[in-house]
Amino acid sequence: MAFEIPKIRYTGKIEEIVVGAGQKAVRVGGSGCYPFCRFEGEMPNPPKIAFEVWDHRPEDWQEWAIEPYRDVIHDPVAWAKKSIDVYGAEMIALQLKSADPNGMDRPVDEAVKVVQDVVNAIDVPLIVWGTANDDKDADLLRKAAEVCEGKNVAIGPLSEKNYKQIGAMAIGYGQVVMASSPIDVNLAKQLNILLGNLGVPDEKVLMDPTTGGLGYGLEYTYSVIERDRMAALTQEDVKLQRPIVCNLAHEVWKTKEARLKREDDEKMGDEVKRSVLMESVAAMTLAFAGADILIMRHPESARLVKEMIGELMK
Amino acid sequence: MALTGIQILKMLPKTNCGECKFPTCLAFAMALAAGKAELDACPHVSPEARAELSDASAPPIRQLAIGTGDYEVRIGGETVMFRHEKTFFNKPGLAILITDVMDDAEAEKRFAKLSLYQYERVGLTLRPELLALKDTGHKDRFLDLVKKACGTPYGIILMSYDAATMKAALDIAKERRPLMYAATKENYEEFGNMAKDYGAPLAVKGEDIEDAAALSGKLAGMGLKDLVIDTGQRSIREGLYDQISIRRAALLNKNKLLGFPTITFPCEMTDDPMKEVLVAASFVAKYAGIIVMSDFEGETLFPLLLQRLNIYTDPQRPMTTREGIYPVNNPDESSPVLVTCNFSLTYFIVSGEIENSRVPCWLCVMDTEGLSVMTAWAAGKFVGDLVGAFMKKCGIMEKVHHKRVIIPGYAAAILGDLEEELPGWEVLIGPREAAHLPAYLRTWKQ
Repeated sequence: MAFEIPKIRYTGKIEEIVVGAGQKAVRVGGSGCYPFCRFEGEMPNPPKIAFEVWDHRPEDWQEWAIEPYRDVIHDPVAWAKKSIDVYGAEMIALQLKSADPNGMDRPVDEAVKVVQDVVNAIDVPLIVWGTANDDKDADLLRKAAEVCEGKNVAIGPLSEKNYKQIGAMAIGYGQVVMASSPIDVNLAKQLNILLGNLGVPDEKVLMDPTTGGLGYGLEYTYSVIERDRMAALTQEDVKLQRPIVCNLAHEVWKTKEARLKREDDEKMGDEVKRSVLMESVAAMTLAFAGADILIMRHPESARLVKEMIGELMK
Repeated sequence: MALTGIQILKMLPKTNCGECKFPTCLAFAMALAAGKAELDACPHVSPEARAELSDASAPPIRQLAIGTGDYEVRIGGETVMFRHEKTFFNKPGLAILITDVMDDAEAEKRFAKLSLYQYERVGLTLRPELLALKDTGHKDRFLDLVKKACGTPYGIILMSYDAATMKAALDIAKERRPLMYAATKENYEEFGNMAKDYGAPLAVKGEDIEDAAALSGKLAGMGLKDLVIDTGQRSIREGLYDQISIRRAALLNKNKLLGFPTITFPCEMTDDPMKEVLVAASFVAKYAGIIVMSDFEGETLFPLLLQRLNIYTDPQRPMTTREGIYPVNNPDESSPVLVTCNFSLTYFIVSGEIENSRVPCWLCVMDTEGLSVMTAWAAGKFVGDLVGAFMKKCGIMEKVHHKRVIIPGYAAAILGDLEEELPGWEVLIGPREAAHLPAYLRTWKQ
């Protein structure tokens, strides 16, 4: 008797969401099975990698993280273009770091100008990631939604505090939103319900579960994503049937283990390969939990993860 | 999975004799089902019922050990598909491949890597555990490696399909409880008998999952219990399917033939050492019992050890950091003092951000039983009088000549009580999020 893989009975399906407009628009989600379990269900879209671009020259990046972008790192438009043309980025995630009130606190108008310049310069889908400061983002992301009219960008993070302001503008300008919750299934569900009540269509919502770095709480994100997926796919929890985005790059690259050089600690090995692997191991782990969009930094990490995903989707 | 009390009761004598110290057979059956009694307490249970009950109460995936002493590696014994359902118990053993065609220098280097690549991380040592010694036809050289391996404390995997070579290797390493790899269709009888004679765990290598199950069935029939499964699959996708299938078959279908831990070979699945790490990471997440790598370097091993730590952390128990004073960036007597709770994640993130700030600081970690700042505050474990008492006894006052302490923004409410508890001290409210610490600390004035 031939061995049969014991199958899971799935009762739900993740919403399929389009980000971007035109020929290079990207579809994410749509899965009717656990990640990569294509022997028993549909996984029409592989997890996508979004290359991060900062809106301002980063101050404290490792030399080897700057290296691939050295000639463009002062210019978000050129940076985004290089990521697409040279490194094959299928999505760009613009991180509005300079607007953070706890940092440079650049005025909203300046940051929005960067958003506008980038979105008009690229043909792949754009993710606009705010400061995670509720008040600042309420203003910043509303205006970002406006200047990206017609581009179907993903904007976020939206919290329970500012979802109304940003959500309303996203509806008005037809953008996708990223609903953010602090590593908690119930809070994630609640925010999705609130967005639904506000009138944001289901096919315009991505979930940000809050991402921990490798060795810095990755397991919490991992398990909350697995719980989200279990509820969405097998427990008919329709409000959790949304694709998941993980903003992981900065969480990995800011850690001390991604900064230490070989000369500081011989047994940590080569710093470039180590930090690239820390990023790609974190990304693969999140993909196994159920992440649909992985925001990443180093072109080599992205290449490795894309290759692995390709093997699993064969 | 386990039988219910009522199902167990049907197999008991139902005489309510009380010799088991329970008043009735039903009470005893309920205690058995809850794992609070041993079947041996009943002197009257029939041999058939005993066999059936012990079979039903056996764990769905066999737990076994490879190696001895400090490097005894336990694998298997898992009970769930997802870690949040309970926890994953036994992290996969990481093995480095050493073959009989490597020269002495290379072999020595590889032995040494297991002691070199050990990493301390707040109370934990992250390290690989296993040597996978592979015979490719040079028997004397292979046995030489086995001898050398016996001079190290690490767990040993003996890889040979040849019965005579395996026997010679077992004669050398028998005290070390090595894993024999592997029994195949061709050699399983000889290998099964050797495993019995030497009391060694035995891996089966099938041509596919069905074949592996057939082999484990034959070996179980010979009375062997400590088996490990290799389905022989070396494609990444199919290899992953096999891991998922085996775990599901054992847990969901109670398939006894597949109720064993697995061994995987990323070293045979790609030639790219970077990609090999991602293959191994996939097997850490998805159910491997042993992962054999072509080599270890600091840069390839460390990320994998971190990931294994994360996935195998018990989600039911908060991780804690030892209470005490942690100097960050070489502080002196004028450096700022911060106080926080002892939830490990809090400690990691706060100390990491202080390091990023490059500002020398004293970080005082108080025992809050692993609760995070807000939870500890809400539970009355991170409040003014307790934090004050901790500050007095922890010894920080002898280390600095100023009288200022920074508390987490989320615990701002304890400011008044803490100032009362620490007369003459100025209590400063730090940021709520650790990510904002660098900016905050850079404004610190002497």
